[in-house]
Amino acid sequence: MTASRIAQGGTAIDRSQPIRFSFDGSTVEGFAGDTIASALLANDVAVVGRSFKYHRPRGIWGAGVEEPNALVDIGGERATPNTRATTEPAREGLEARSVNATPSALTDRNAFLDRFARFIPAAFYYKTFMWPDWHMFEPRIRAMAGLGKVDAGWTSPGTADQINHHCDVLVVGAGPAGLAAARLAAGAGLSVTLIDDQQRAGGSLGHRTGEIDGKPASVWAEETVAALAASGHLILPSTTAFGIYDHNLVGLNQRHFDGRPDTLWRVRPRRIVLATGAIERPLPFANNDLPGILSADAGLSYLRRHAVLAGRRIVVATNNDSAYEVAQAVAEAGADVTLVDIRREGTPTAPAKVRVIKGRALASASGKLRVEAVTLDDGSRFDADCVLVSGGWTPTIHLFCQAKGKLAWSEARAAFLPGDPVDGIAVAGAAAGAVSLSEVFAGCENAVAAPGQAKVAMPRSTGAEATGGISAAWPKPGSKGRIWIDYQNDVTVKDVELAARENFISVEHLKRYTTLGMATDQGKTSNLPGLALMAGITGRTVPEVGTTTYRPPFTPVPLASFAGARAGALMAPVRRLPLEGAHRESGAVFQEYGGWLRPAHYGGRDADADRAIQDEALRARQSVALFDGSTLGKIEVIGPQADAFVDFLYYNTMSTLKPGRCRYGFMLSENGVVFDDGVLVRLDEHRFVVSCSSSHVSAVHARLEEWRQDRFGRDAVYIHNATSEMATLTVSGPNARKLIETLDLRLSLDEADLPHMAVGHGSYGGDEVRIARVSFTGDRSYEISIRADRAEPLWAHLREAGKAFDAVLIGLEALMILRAEKGFIVIGKDTDGTTLPHDLGSEGPRTKRQTEYVGRRSLFTDEASRNNRLQLVGLTVPSGEAPLPTGAHGIKRGNGRLHSQGFVTSSYLSPALGRPIALGLIERGAARHGETIEIQHLGKISSATIAAPCAFDPAGDRLHA
Amino acid sequence: MQLFPCPFCGPRDETEFHYGGDAGNVRPDGADVPIDRWANYLYLRGNPKGAAREIWVHMTCGEFFVMERDTLSHKVLSSAELGGEHTI
Ligand SMILES: [Zn+2]
Repeated sequence: MTASRIAQGGTAIDRSQPIRFSFDGSTVEGFAGDTIASALLANDVAVVGRSFKYHRPRGIWGAGVEEPNALVDIGGERATPNTRATTEPAREGLEARSVNATPSALTDRNAFLDRFARFIPAAFYYKTFMWPDWHMFEPRIRAMAGLGKVDAGWTSPGTADQINHHCDVLVVGAGPAGLAAARLAAGAGLSVTLIDDQQRAGGSLGHRTGEIDGKPASVWAEETVAALAASGHLILPSTTAFGIYDHNLVGLNQRHFDGRPDTLWRVRPRRIVLATGAIERPLPFANNDLPGILSADAGLSYLRRHAVLAGRRIVVATNNDSAYEVAQAVAEAGADVTLVDIRREGTPTAPAKVRVIKGRALASASGKLRVEAVTLDDGSRFDADCVLVSGGWTPTIHLFCQAKGKLAWSEARAAFLPGDPVDGIAVAGAAAGAVSLSEVFAGCENAVAAPGQAKVAMPRSTGAEATGGISAAWPKPGSKGRIWIDYQNDVTVKDVELAARENFISVEHLKRYTTLGMATDQGKTSNLPGLALMAGITGRTVPEVGTTTYRPPFTPVPLASFAGARAGALMAPVRRLPLEGAHRESGAVFQEYGGWLRPAHYGGRDADADRAIQDEALRARQSVALFDGSTLGKIEVIGPQADAFVDFLYYNTMSTLKPGRCRYGFMLSENGVVFDDGVLVRLDEHRFVVSCSSSHVSAVHARLEEWRQDRFGRDAVYIHNATSEMATLTVSGPNARKLIETLDLRLSLDEADLPHMAVGHGSYGGDEVRIARVSFTGDRSYEISIRADRAEPLWAHLREAGKAFDAVLIGLEALMILRAEKGFIVIGKDTDGTTLPHDLGSEGPRTKRQTEYVGRRSLFTDEASRNNRLQLVGLTVPSGEAPLPTGAHGIKRGNGRLHSQGFVTSSYLSPALGRPIALGLIERGAARHGETIEIQHLGKISSATIAAPCAFDPAGDRLHA
Repeated sequence: MQLFPCPFCGPRDETEFHYGGDAGNVRPDGADVPIDRWANYLYLRGNPKGAAREIWVHMTCGEFFVMERDTLSHKVLSSAELGGEHTI
């Protein structure tokens, strides 16, 4: 036994609640309040994982979020890979596995890789597996790469809550600085939210000694938190501020330990206090990655919080004062302690029972699977089963830097400290470089509010205080042995030297080349030593080398937190028809079209779908079809300048339209491209209805609003999107009028009163209805618009009365066939981002209109006037052949190569014509009707003949039949 | 996430807004506008580093407005209704 649980103490553990869990298949015993790491340490499990590249044995280094080594995969239904053992509570029955190790951390079979380490330098994989083809090697290398494994047994814990929160002051970190700042802010009458990533507040006060306002520091911490909570301030334990985003939005991830998924908080505080503390650094010596070598502060934390003594023969290696308290504590707990301080002078008083060696540094550690001995730089060697290391403190300034804060180098503290303040953000405590409690509290005074605003006195440190003496001990170039800089990514001093030799001396290049500072710990312990070494190699100062960019998240955040409720059906919610229930009763098969869930066809699932669609399209031509067109845009344009407005918005002149009539037209973008097509209805002198494409309604509406506000003015026109207020039921076919007559809609259906492209008003069941003679099928059609909530009886009536006419319900797929038979286009399908109106055969307004309209000037450019533009055509295939594939290219031959001369945009089998039909955009197509061209698809060449777009009833007789 | 001040609704999350283009990009009317002038209107953007005047639309209330902001610091300097009656 070396590491062990001692009989007394442990502020975090409850000895009355023993627990058992498994690690790599072995049973580990602990107490409630243990982390996985503290329990492993108490059970003397030294090797807890294997390193990323060389599969070196690695042990626990830290006691918090900075942990680079002790990553574990948690198994079971809430399986989570790459969890830090140092922050994960141990619980009864938990299954933990080491990462990157097979079969276990202790007996990893890839450990042999370490013997080949000198053949696997930085960038080895990039450089070596180039020839003949990286993809040959990729699968095996990928299988070896990475850390934890995703567990297929994972089940969703449900939807993560996302909470938006506002407060006056958000304090990040509940150590001495955070508590003092929160207390001050509360005293000034501000609303405070105090968060900490630990389950218990107090930060370093939980394991470092001190006295505040005459009380033990940990008691003061508990009382302060209780007082804040009692006055209604929000305290969030187990919560990490992972990012500060634009305008000081702070992202928090809150853990729960009861099976619930984490909670994501989006906080908009008026002021942020970052009291995020500091993280202890390693010291450079050969084999400084051996299990049993821990951060000194972590060693103290395990002792005081979990009653775990990390070794029996402990060497404390330091370059600063903070390790002296650690040495004293582990000695008092019964360990044999040697303290090695690189400083010869200016050191604190030697603690009792501790052997102190001054002016010496560790040169190397040795041992097979854990540290067994250390050698000093004078060659002296002695046994040790644990080394507690303090290489100084790196302030946790990630959030400050994310908020674009600039850093200032402090030679005295051997660290980057926050520089010029950022609006709305204060940094306090160890994160700002403070060491003693007096320093911490003094720095908090102005962090929260205007001076003098606070009504409570500052806390006072009344006991012995920590001192901040340090002498920098950065890794040195040319050092002997393998000195690890980044434990998680297996980056050594030699790797950084190699990067420098190959001129990757910029800190960002160094990171990418060696992977220093990447992966789950993001270099919390390694970044500063790495860039200090680069400074040493290249003869620059540390601030000249600078730091890499700090990006969120500070610690990993589950994707479930970011997703929240936006998953499954709520990922992109569909809009639903008012008559969806009725369609379901009719056996509709639904699909999403432009955000709407609409009937694709009625009956005929899977293999029978095509037959059902063909049947609907055929019967629609024979008698009468019923179609739900409720999604069609209905945007009202009202006002004294409504006619001038629609003239400007449409390519076609619309002001000449008479009230009660409709006209088909295009809307263009300013670059001349056709943006939407549809029918404009003029209800009266000053009132129009823009009937735009279903999937385009919000875009058209936004466009109308933009021109209204920017060009016409609020008093000139008013725009109202009434699309979802009304359902539109379409009756189409040779017997459409006979079916409508049975409804008694209280209006004349005579040709003189309601001709094609006219609109009339009637009523049904006491509700006003609007009937438009507009056709998407080429057959006589009536579009009946009625209040959406009263549409159901009318739809039922139509279906019932339709039985006498063998009426057919048609879905969108059959309608697409009927449209294509007539050569009616769908914008975005039969057109693309280059199609101009004259490419579609609409030349009139371009040549004749004298008034201004959107996109006008763009129709007269060289590009718009090019004589080889792609133009809308129909394409026919020899009888007996299958429909052309949509997207197939029309080709021409030249210089021994094939060149595209356009493509197929829509292609169907027409049941009415008994042959395939197609639409396409073909070079100069309008002038080439009758010409046969070659079509290529997936290497196969067939032929098609160019025709007019309209294949069915070209004379249009059926509109009036 | 940035907070943009709609002149009508006050500060709202940036996700509620759409960008509408550079402010002051006046549309030249007519079929005979010089092609360079038209191309500038369609495509040429200042893309300033620093203070920028832009048109934005608050999708939830539908109003287009002028916002001045700093493209580097993301500070919002002002926002005003088109025509300039409401200002924040
Ligand atoms: Zn608004």
